[in-house]
Formats: sequence, C-alpha cells, structure tokens
Amino acid sequence: MADAFIYDAVRTPRGKGRADGKLHEITPIQLATQVLEALRDRNELDTSAIDDVIFGCVTPVGEEGACIPRVAAINAGFAETVAGVQINRFCASGLEACNMAAGQVMAGQADLMIGGGVEHMSRVPMGSDGGAWATDPAVAIPTYFVPQGISADLIATKYGYSRDDLDAYAVESQQRAKRAWDEGRFARSIVPVKDVIGEIVLDHDEHMRPETDMQSLGALKPSFAEIGTNFGFDSVAIQKYPEIERINHVHHAGNSSGIVDGASAVLIGNREMGERLGLTPRARIRAYASIGSEPTIMLTGPSFAAEKALKRAGMEVGDVDLWELNEAFAAVVLRFMDVLGVDHDRLNVNGGAIAMGHPLGATGAMILGTVLDELERTGQGTALVSLCIGAGMGTATIIERV
Amino acid sequence: MTKTIEFRVEDGVAILSIDVPGQSMNIITPDVMGELEDLVDRVLADDAIEGAVITSAKSSFMAGADLRMLSQLSAMAKSHRPGEIFQHAVRLNRLFRKLETGGKPVKELQKSKTKPFVAAVHGQALGGGFELPLACHFRVAADDGSVRFGTPEVMVGLLPGAGGTQRLPRIVGIQAALQYLTTGKTLSAQEAKSFGIVTELAPPDQLVERAKALVKANRKAIQPWDVKGFKYPGGGGAMHPNAVRTFMAANAMAREKTYGLYPAVQYILSSVYEGSIVPFDRALEIESKYFTRLLVEGQAANMIRTLFVNKQAAEKGARRPKGIEPMPTKRLGMLGAGLMGAGIAHVSAAAGIEVVLIDRDQAAAERGKAHSMALVEKAVKRRKMSKEEGEALLARIRPSADYADLADCDLVIEAVFEDRDLKADVTKRALAVTGEDIIFGSNTSTLPITELAEADPKPENFIGIHFFSPVEKMPLVEIIVGRKTGDRAIAKALDYVRQIRKTPIVVNDSRGFYTSRSFGTYVMEGYTMVAEGINPALIENAGRMIGMPVGPLAVGDEVAIDLSYKILKQTRKDLGDAYEPSPGDRVVELFVETLGRFGRKNGKGMYVYPEDGSKKYLWPGIAEHFPPAAEQPDVEEVKKRLLYRQIVECVRCYEEGVLVTVEDGDVGAIFGWGFAPWTGGPFSHIDFIGARAFVSEADRLADAYGERFRVPARIRSMAERGETYYKTAEEQASAA
Repeated sequence: MADAFIYDAVRTPRGKGRADGKLHEITPIQLATQVLEALRDRNELDTSAIDDVIFGCVTPVGEEGACIPRVAAINAGFAETVAGVQINRFCASGLEACNMAAGQVMAGQADLMIGGGVEHMSRVPMGSDGGAWATDPAVAIPTYFVPQGISADLIATKYGYSRDDLDAYAVESQQRAKRAWDEGRFARSIVPVKDVIGEIVLDHDEHMRPETDMQSLGALKPSFAEIGTNFGFDSVAIQKYPEIERINHVHHAGNSSGIVDGASAVLIGNREMGERLGLTPRARIRAYASIGSEPTIMLTGPSFAAEKALKRAGMEVGDVDLWELNEAFAAVVLRFMDVLGVDHDRLNVNGGAIAMGHPLGATGAMILGTVLDELERTGQGTALVSLCIGAGMGTATIIERV
Repeated sequence: MTKTIEFRVEDGVAILSIDVPGQSMNIITPDVMGELEDLVDRVLADDAIEGAVITSAKSSFMAGADLRMLSQLSAMAKSHRPGEIFQHAVRLNRLFRKLETGGKPVKELQKSKTKPFVAAVHGQALGGGFELPLACHFRVAADDGSVRFGTPEVMVGLLPGAGGTQRLPRIVGIQAALQYLTTGKTLSAQEAKSFGIVTELAPPDQLVERAKALVKANRKAIQPWDVKGFKYPGGGGAMHPNAVRTFMAANAMAREKTYGLYPAVQYILSSVYEGSIVPFDRALEIESKYFTRLLVEGQAANMIRTLFVNKQAAEKGARRPKGIEPMPTKRLGMLGAGLMGAGIAHVSAAAGIEVVLIDRDQAAAERGKAHSMALVEKAVKRRKMSKEEGEALLARIRPSADYADLADCDLVIEAVFEDRDLKADVTKRALAVTGEDIIFGSNTSTLPITELAEADPKPENFIGIHFFSPVEKMPLVEIIVGRKTGDRAIAKALDYVRQIRKTPIVVNDSRGFYTSRSFGTYVMEGYTMVAEGINPALIENAGRMIGMPVGPLAVGDEVAIDLSYKILKQTRKDLGDAYEPSPGDRVVELFVETLGRFGRKNGKGMYVYPEDGSKKYLWPGIAEHFPPAAEQPDVEEVKKRLLYRQIVECVRCYEEGVLVTVEDGDVGAIFGWGFAPWTGGPFSHIDFIGARAFVSEADRLADAYGERFRVPARIRSMAERGETYYKTAEEQASAA
C-alpha cells in the first residue's frame, strides 16, 4: 500500500456568517476557487498532475449545488483533466474529503489529490437542503430525531457538565485563539480572501470575541430551551434516555460553534508524485476511520471514531501528541476528553470553532491544517483530528510528521 | 339493499338527502356507499341534471363511517393480505374522487370541468361526514350554532381515510390542518367559514335553497387542487421551508404526546407529508395505504371496541337488570359537602336534578355549594354556559344542615369521611327521614359495601356509587354491588349515572373494588422499585412510556401517600396473617411516619413542589434513603413491571368475580384510572398479545420479582387452549 502524504494545507479566514460579515459578498464558488488557486500558486503546481478534487459541502444546493469542486477547479483555471466531487458527511465533510483523497492515493488509484471543503453559511443557510431525517414523519418519529443543540444539552445533562463547566471551556477557547493569532500561529495556512477588484476583504477570523469572560457568557440565554420545551424535543430526548428527568439547557451562542463562511484545501499525494513535482511532504496520513453512533445523542461519535482509528494504526491514546476536536458544542469536547482521558493542554491548543466558527463542510480540512502547523511549530510528531457529526457519526484522522 | 338516501330532482338540481334507517345519526355503511355511488353516476349521466346538493334528513349531517364496519375490516386483516384490505379501504376515496372529478382524468377535467356537488350541512359533520363535504365543490353550513366539523378518527386510533388528510391541508394549509387532523378538535361553522372551508353560511331552513343556487351559479366546477398550478395555502407542500419547520415540530410533538404508542398520529402526519409531494390521485392512495396499515396492525380495533362500542353500551345500560321500569332521579340527597360531595352535587344539578346538600352545619354545606359557584363562574366566563343556565344550575342546589330537608329525595348518596361508624350514623339519620324504601348510595372508595349496608334495614337498597376526583372531569362511575344489593338498586344507580351523562361499570364488592385495587398496584409497584434503588426518573418515564397519564410516583403524590398509608394499615389489620407484605410498604411507611412527606397536599412527597409555583421535580433525598442500585434495569423491564402488575390484578379481579365482564374491566380501567388507552384496556391487551405470551411473561416476572405477578388459574387454561376474552373475528362472523 502506498503512503499518502500531506504536501500543503490552506484555508480562508472565517467570516461572520451573517449579512454584515466580510465574506457575505463573496460567492461560494469564489471561496472554493481561491483556496484551489492558493494551493496551485504557492506550490507552483502543474495542475494536470492532480487527479481529483474532493470537497465537503453540507448544504450543496443553490449556489453550492451542482458539484461545486469541479466547477471551482474549472474556475481556478486548473487543467480540464482535474475531476471534482462533492461529498457530505455533515460536519466532518472536510476531513472525510481528505481521508477519501488519502484513500485513493493509498489504494494506488490516484497520485495527487485535493481534499477540502466549502461552506458559505451566510448565503446558503444551514438546513436549506431539506432531507428526510427531521421532516419525514415516517423517519423522524421512529428514530427519535432531535436537533443537534438538544443533543448537546443531552450530553451535558447525562454526563453532568454544568453551565459553568461549558462557559469556562468557551472562555479558554477564545483566549487560545487570540494567542494563536497574536503569535501568528495560523500564518502558514491562511489565504486572505479577495473581492472582484482584487482587494483583500478578510485576512483574519472575524468571529472571535477575545474579550469574552464568564460574566459576559453568563448573560447569554440558553439557545435550545424554547424548542426543547415548546416543540417537544426535550420529551423526545428523554424518551430515548429515560433515566433523565429533565434536560438541562446549558448551551448558548457563546459556548457553541459560530456560524461562519469559509473554505479549505489540502494537497495529498504519494511520494513519487511529490518528488516529481519537487514538493516536500509535511506529514503522513497514518490512519483514518468513520463510525456511526447513537443518533439522538448524536454527538458522542468522535471518541468511538478516534478509538477505531487508533486501533487501525496500532496506537494508544498516549501515543498522540496533539488532539484537535471540532468545538461544535462545548459539552462534546468535555465528553471526549473524559472518555479518552485526554488533557486539555494537548487538545485544541490554538482554540477552536467556539472562538473562530465552524463552516460546516470546510472545518475538517481546516483543523487538519491547523494541527499540522502546530506540530511543526512545536516540533511534535503525531496528531489526531476528529469531529462530531449529525445523525450520530464520528470521523477521525491520525497524522504524523515525516 | 336498504334505502339510505332519498333522491329527488328540483329545477334540474338533484337533491341527495341522507337518512340511514335505524340510526339516530347518519353513518357511512356499505349500503350508503353503494347507493351514493349509484346516485353520483346518475347525476353525472343525466343531461337534465345540472348538479347535486347533498344533505341530511336527520338532525345532524353525518357522524362518520360505521366504526363496527371498520373493526370487521380490521379483523379481516388477520386472514387477508394487506393489498386486499386496501381494496376496501380505498373504496370511499375513489367514490368521493369520482364525485369531485366526474370520473374524468385530471387533464380532461382541467379542460371541461364537471357538474357541481354542493354539501348543505347542519349539526355534526364528523369524520367521513366532514370528508364528504370536503369532496364537494362548495359547502353551505347552517348559521344556527349547531354545526361541528371535525376529524375525530385519531381518538380511536384511525386516520381520516376518505381524503381528509389531503383536502383539508389543501384548503387551510398544512399547519392549520395538522392541528385538527392529529387531535380531533372540532370547528364551528363560523370558524370553518373563516378558514375558507365553508363557502356560505345560511339559516337552517334555507340551506338547500342556497346550495341549489350555488349549483345554478356554477354549472362547471373543478376543485382548486385540480386546477393547474395549484399551491398550498402558505407554501408549496412539504418541501416548502415553512412546511419543513412545521413538520419538524409536529413530529417531535407527536412523540411528546403519544410516546410512539399511537401510530395513527404518525400516519396522519405521513399522509399529509407524502401526499403533498405527489399528484392528488396518488396522494389519496397513500392515505388509503396508511389507513390500511392501521387496520392491519389492529390496535384501532381494540380502541374502537372499548373507547367507543363498549363505552356506549355501558352508557346505554348493558349491565342494567332487565324488566325494571325506568327510575329517574328527581331529587338527590347528598350527604357530605366536601370535595367529593360538592362535585357530585354539581354534576347532578348540571343534569337538572334537584340536590339537597347536607353537611354537619350550614356553613360547611354552603362551602360545598361555593364549589359549584366557582365552577359555574368559570364556565360562564369561558362561554361554555350561559348566565341563565348557570343561575338555574345553582338554584337547584340547596345547602342545608337539617336532615329533615331530605324528605322528598328519591336517591341519597353519602360522601362523608371514610369512617364506618360515621357512615352508619348518617345512613340511619337519612333513612329516618326518607323512609327505608329509598335507594341509598355510598361513595366510599375503600370500605366494603356489604359491611356498610348493615346500617340499612333493607340492605337490598344499599349500593356503592363510586365517583372519581375531580368529579366534574372524571368520566367513570363505579357501581359496587354488595352481597345483598338488589336489582332495583342497580337499576336506580345506573339510571342516575345515565342522567348525569357519565360512564358506569358494575362490579362486585371487594377490598378497593375494581378500580382502586388495580390502580393501587401501579403506584405500589413504583414504590417497590424505589425501594430497590431504581432511578426514580426512570420509573416515572417508564410509567408515561406505557401510556399512563403520569408516572406512578407523581400520581401517588396526587392521591396522597398518607392515604395509601391508611389503606395499608387498615388492610393489614383486616387481613391479619393473610396480608401479603409488599416491598413498597416500607417506602410508604418511611414517607409518612418518619419523613412527613404526604404528597402534593403538604407540598412534599416523592416530588418537591416549589412554593414559587415552578415545575415540580423529584426529591433528591430519595437517593439518600434508597441508594441507587449499582446496576439499573433496562427501561423495557421497568415498563413491563408497571404494565403487567396492573393487568395481573385486573385478571385476578375477573377470576375472583369482582369484575363480572371484561367489557367493564376494559372500560373501567381506561376511564377510571387512565390505564393505557392505546391497548383498549387490560383484557384487550391480553387478547392482542395472546394469553400464552402474557402468562409466560407474567410468570417470568413473578419468578424475578415476587408472587404479585403470578396469574390465577383460569387464564392459565385459557393460555393452554389458545382462548381469548373477547370473541375472535371468526367467532363474530359465525355468530352473525
């Protein structure tokens, strides 16, 4: 089996996912195009060497519809032989895209691939692609569907995380993100986004609130109490977890991931193609895994995915130097650390989506690049990246520097 | 075929006047369907007829499909393929569709349209009786306040299977339609008019004329949903973003309310959802397929039998002794003006009965009447009662402390404190005034009627008339026959229950009778599990998950733990060595003797009742007294214990002769203590899962948790012989 190496990783800064966000005027295809252009330009790539572009996109309708990675490749002026495919594994789509790209390389069916993702949440709203799970009564009722926020509150209730626990975590995420930006730790990956006249519209993560403290978070109202009590979702969750008397609604805008716009791309290939193109491998993709988990609590999948990937790699928790788990909701991360016994000092060391936002389809490839940058900065060797996923799944990837 | 529809032609307009013989209300029978089909064909074929008016010759339009017919269809499903049942289920949909399209394919209909059908509706138009007007092109409704439109099918586990799930959302929008389809809530003519369901309102005597005028004015008709480019009010079907939100919430609320125990709610939602995405004819087929599923799964048949057929039979006097003249109550003597006595006085006065409300002093009696005054005030405020009706009701209640006022009463009921000597005393004092021939009822919930009857020189006149609290709301009355109670007392009690429009069951005397005794096992099994260290939240959720209205610990708090304690002490004293102690006894004793936690009444029980009125929550202290077991059971096991414990007690009541009929057992369980209505009652449930499976599971539970789960002898032989409590479909067919 061939080794799959990461040769480069880029991402856009994350723009506030609202009409007043800096990236709102930039089309989704532009975000996707600009990260592809950046990979090509900074590596002086002969794009005809690229077999395929796999992009995660969770809401692939409207402007994000019709196989956005292929159209982005054409738009970026890539060789017409570069194929493109869009995938959807909800929040882990970007990481899954990289795993699939790596898998093609490992299987010997491709030499050079791009994995990544795009999500323009201010222009193509989350959930606007419909779907059976939440709405089709023949599915939603028998399978105990609840929205993710209820699942996150369910995790906090079941495993006893208080509002203070979550808020303290969120404050730390903001502070870590600020320190990382202040010290330029993201500099290698960031591709500033340009507008139609070629001017930079955004060069930093726009969603951050470094001034956040326990007091300011304390003023925020729980986000999911109303849908939980008025629309019956608390009862649905309790019917699935009848050991619980009531759901403790502890998540809010300040300890959950932000809604943002962004794109990411990772260049993955085998050794021979890297040598031919004069590229230096930065890391090897050692193992990856995806797994399904109980869909009502929904967001406990990462620990199972991590264990599955570790087993595949013949590794143990202690063998991993750095951990990156998407901060979809604070309780997801606290639960993950408790289950695996991972110390917060080694996890999300440069903050996460609570501070910087979670552009659904793009995040996985973004944090893969983030942890790789950090391994290099600190001279450490191995990292595990994971994300919780809608409908109860987890995806994990283990990389090691070469 | 019996003639069910009168047909005439006036000025070129056909008048179809439905009048099903032998029924007080029109219902859709196979005869009605056949005749309607012939008449629709005739209207369509006759060039001299311009259109048709459909109306009713009875005081109401129509009460829906014949539920017995649907039960039989459901029974047929045991021996027929679903596809065959579907052919029956879809018949009404195809007939109504022909009525609205003239039998034309949609493309042709859009070009040439069809003859108009107009419904002229007065009184109730429910179920199929609502769906028929919806299939008509126009609807005229009486403006006299008599009209109630609605789809009550869901309440007996069915869905509106004659186009209701398709036409209503296309007229009023998905969200509004779901409110009515999933709850059975009814609409007045005025509400229906504001929704656009009703085309015109008219005085009752002009209904048909106005409907005829609509035919004349609209010679070529087409339903809105058959017009090209039709859009749902508020959007474009289930894929519209608004509808997505509607369904997300509706799905969750369906599970919140039904715990997944009532598939009809889901199938209604599915019919609306799936039907909104496909062409109308296909949508009707989808509805019929979900209707077929309900018939095949069979739960509806159980619900129909108990909630409708047997409940009605009980109300009409199924258990009334034959050959006794009607014995209406004109003046009731009510002894005791506490919560129960005041409630009984109220419902009696509401039914037009004069009431003498006696308590030990005038002030206490007045307080009893004040209860009625508060209820009347509320009803008048909510416009459920006119001011005059309220005043008349109150005028019928005469509070008094003087037993002499009982002189003209023809029924006396006592609801004084549960004390044998006190009850004997008031009985004697009342009889001294009324004479010994009067029928005397006791509302005791715990004391044996046979013993109380000893205070009556003519014990054949003494009977238990057991109400539930709150009397105004609880539908059941349990009539208890003491050893010496005579038929006249039974007839009198049943006639009285009928007067106050409640549902009676008749049982024999026993400790706790039928309802209190069986209901008590639910609460006690909850306490037993608390004693075992099972997580109280799990116990409570499991109770609701088997379809009980509230968990066992919550309901125990409502009836009061100290009441359970008193009954426990009394039972133990009465039975002596024969008393079988329950592990739950320990919990009751601790809560009453040591902790002083009596339930909601003193603001602390298994739950904490915050003084600020915020939501009650389970008392954390339970865990200190009963430390959580290291290994918690699966919720399915907790559910099974709570369900089976009750059913086993019901079976014992039947085999001991406390219950005389299983019909009373099922009706009494559901309407008396809210036993899981989705089952159709404990005996229906045994039939449904099979006596053999029930007995083997009960034995497993008895081995694991104690002899209280052990079933008696007769059901064992039933299980061996494969018998059922109710007649099977085949038996019914051969009997017919």
